[in-house]
Amino acid sequence: MNPDEQLYDEQVVRPYVISRGRTEARANLDLISLAVAIRQPTGLEVGLDPEHLAIVRLCRRPLSVAEIAAALDLPAGTVRVLLGDLLDSGFVAVQDPQPEVDVLDERMYRAVLDGLRAL
Amino acid sequence: MASVPSDKVRMPTPVKLLIAGGFGVGKTTMVGAVSEIRPLRTEEVLTDRSVGVDDLSGVERKTTTTVAMDFGRISVGDDYVLYLFGTPGQERFWFVWDELARGALGAVVLADTRRLSDCFPSVDYFERRGTPFVVAVNCFEGAPVYDLAEVKMALSLPPDIPVLLCDARRRASGKEVLITLVQHAYSKRPVAKV
Repeated sequence: MNPDEQLYDEQVVRPYVISRGRTEARANLDLISLAVAIRQPTGLEVGLDPEHLAIVRLCRRPLSVAEIAAALDLPAGTVRVLLGDLLDSGFVAVQDPQPEVDVLDERMYRAVLDGLRAL
Repeated sequence: MASVPSDKVRMPTPVKLLIAGGFGVGKTTMVGAVSEIRPLRTEEVLTDRSVGVDDLSGVERKTTTTVAMDFGRISVGDDYVLYLFGTPGQERFWFVWDELARGALGAVVLADTRRLSDCFPSVDYFERRGTPFVVAVNCFEGAPVYDLAEVKMALSLPPDIPVLLCDARRRASGKEVLITLVQHAYSKRPVAKV
């Protein structure tokens, strides 16, 4: 969607309705935390909203909170809440970024540099 | 929290770099030039609570603000995936910067020689926070060309901060900036505790 469309695209359902009023995600997810689907819903589960199902469908391959939010046009905070639900009910697994103190890993710097050089 | 045995799914570890600087300096352009996906936009909806106003007088004054961030992605091997975030231009959203900067490997501060002072807040922020950064001067057509040493002096940067020229529209140029940043971050990383 181009930015201009987003400016005028009034959201009909407010984000906090989708998250049922919750603004605090149980899981403390970063914008770049990755989620991947590990179980497919049967359609008979109680408590899964269309947005939950959309996330599970999207996450056939690992996607970040930011990417899910952009794809579903939802605020990142809403996606965090929904992912927390899916994590609790075992539909997704999450990979958090390395904690700040661990950003020392030589292997990571090498991988990032190699990846950038290959661009 | 339902945790999943790590042998069940193998996922890369996400890593992020930030691209900061003043409004219109080319942050999103640079993200787009090097990203393997079309730059995406994500939004955080903020209530005044998150703006740090410690006011308990009721919700009637509650306001919400939306901060948009553009980002891109670069796959780097099987074990890591790199995300690039353009920081929101409005410097009053420092707490969004705090979230973005947490765990970030480093930051590029984009500068425009016509409005050099626009990048001061970014430089100050990363210096204060201890986030490794480089300054990349985006070469706009018609902008005065300065010697890099002059730019460095004007920004009163410590001598070890890399300053380089770039063209935010070109992938090769963005790539060079990011490589310089990661090498700088590597050299600045704290020595691992024994």
